[in-house]
Amino acid sequence: MITSRWSRMLLAAPGLGWIALFLLVPCGVLFVNAFFERGIYGGIDYEARTLDNFARVLDPLYVEVFLGSARVALAATVVAVILAYPAALAISLAPARRHTLLLFLVMLPFWTNYLIRTYAWMVLLNRKGLANGALVASGITAEPLDMLYSEPAVVLGLVYSYLPFVVLSIYTSISRLDRALLEASADLGAGLARTFVKVMLPLTLPGIATGAVFIFVLSIGNFVTADLLGGGQVQMIGNLIYDQFLTARDWPFGAALALVLIAVMMLLLFAQAALAGRAARRGAAA
Amino acid sequence: MIGTASTFSGFAGALALGTMLALAAPGGTARADGKLVISNWDAYMPKDLLDRFKAATGYEAELTVHATNEEIMGKVVAGGGKGYDVLFVSGQFAQALDKLGLVAKLDHDKIPNLKNLYPEASQLKHDPGNTFSIPYSWGTTGLCYRSDLVKAAPTGWDDLLKPAPELVKKVTMLATDRWLLGAGFKEQGLSVNETDPAKIKATAALLGETKKSLLAYDDTTFYSKLVSGEALLVHAWDGWCNYGTAENAAIKYVVPKEGTDLWVDTIVITAASQNKAAAHAFLDFILQPDVAKWVSETVMYKTPNKAGMESLDKALFEKYPNLAMTPAELLKQEQLLDVGKTQKDYARAVTEIMAAK
Repeated sequence: MITSRWSRMLLAAPGLGWIALFLLVPCGVLFVNAFFERGIYGGIDYEARTLDNFARVLDPLYVEVFLGSARVALAATVVAVILAYPAALAISLAPARRHTLLLFLVMLPFWTNYLIRTYAWMVLLNRKGLANGALVASGITAEPLDMLYSEPAVVLGLVYSYLPFVVLSIYTSISRLDRALLEASADLGAGLARTFVKVMLPLTLPGIATGAVFIFVLSIGNFVTADLLGGGQVQMIGNLIYDQFLTARDWPFGAALALVLIAVMMLLLFAQAALAGRAARRGAAA
Repeated sequence: MIGTASTFSGFAGALALGTMLALAAPGGTARADGKLVISNWDAYMPKDLLDRFKAATGYEAELTVHATNEEIMGKVVAGGGKGYDVLFVSGQFAQALDKLGLVAKLDHDKIPNLKNLYPEASQLKHDPGNTFSIPYSWGTTGLCYRSDLVKAAPTGWDDLLKPAPELVKKVTMLATDRWLLGAGFKEQGLSVNETDPAKIKATAALLGETKKSLLAYDDTTFYSKLVSGEALLVHAWDGWCNYGTAENAAIKYVVPKEGTDLWVDTIVITAASQNKAAAHAFLDFILQPDVAKWVSETVMYKTPNKAGMESLDKALFEKYPNLAMTPAELLKQEQLLDVGKTQKDYARAVTEIMAAK
């Protein structure tokens, strides 16, 4: 029988092995490395054990970078959810035969490389770019605006890159919604707005949470977008970790920073999983 | 739920950065067949060079590329240099590799073409006498600007760090630590190899102020920003300024009056190399005048190869005046050297600048 314990474990082995090899082992390496000192010429001095790297993470300078990244990621999350919800709702309200096509369109940008899409935003937003060209030509502004190389540009790039994930997760949630509940709400005299706030929103919250955690986690660790659209002036935690490994060659400190970031992401994922679990239980009880 | 599985792959992606370095060092596979493994920046030597090298010497070689000094440094330090025979790295990195015992002492008898170099090329501070490195190209870092669009031609570091009102948000600076800080050090009359923590801190504060008037930090596309007119004054390596000049003759380069750094890209043989005879043959091959000529004509960098520089078409010097800088003029600038432990202070200073509001 395929359901025997051993065969089930055998089936799970490739996936679990993959995760172990590329998640647990690297995490373990990072964890160990974080407790040593940087060698004078980079690398790790395994002779010198220290807790300094974790203490340094708490230095206000780095805490500020963490908070700044969280702010950028949060802004991207809020904008993405506001944009994605109506889109997901529209898709689920469309005739069923259109769903595949509409979802395909949402995913379409992924057919183009991430870097190329980010560079495209540079072409659009720079002072000589298409957006400024249109603004000046139409007389809305006299001078080209400084849109590129700023925090809003980074937020825009992150939203653009990760929006499809948010649309998909909210769509999944909405399409699973029992329409009878909405009808019941209407029958009991609730208007559209009230039905939305009291019935639909709470029931689709797990989808929103999934999408939100998704874009937040991807955004906070991102460093390419911050580099390209922020003109190197928007420092995110991803850039800081990248710099520690590749510029400062301070691997132990980079490892400590990465571990703290992973811990934050883990917390968020667990919180989201708990929320989803609670919602599922509530749904089952109802 | 659609989230979970992909969330984990996102995770693995974030982690890949950390493990990439550990896993990226190539194993000993390439050496089994005696093939020379050379790591260089992309497009930094003639494309057909390795074929010509094989035809001339019979040695097989393969090229791997690195994007930055830090990248190859990470790989070599992590793997003890195993898997590589010849590396192209900047002087201060060659010096650090030497201090770590990762590069081989050179046998000058096996490199007769050393005679093609300028005498000044053996007086470089990172390696006097070329004991473990040979210089491949050299140049300065300075100011590159649109002479047709700026009111007054820039002359010193202040023009970059405290730009005139009409240049605000039309200036870029290099983001790589040594050059970014170097601009600040030189502006204050300090050394580009400054090690005093207080002075490094003050420089970070100065550069944090400058950030407000910058368009961007840019190490790769600054010359195209000049061509498009998006930037009017940029912090540039002389050779890269020439890329801009090639597209628009109004783009000019100037060495700031306070002086600047002299950077040198060098070639070293790893201590771990098991093909040292072939590696020496490669170094000798690369010192041929026509390779140096290619570097100046294609990459638009100066090279310390006297025979190569002398064979250049003189029209190039008129179009790109910085190519005509003599070795004596170059040596007046201060050479970038390895700063050892101080590198940690530099990293922090750069984070302070980048986090400045």
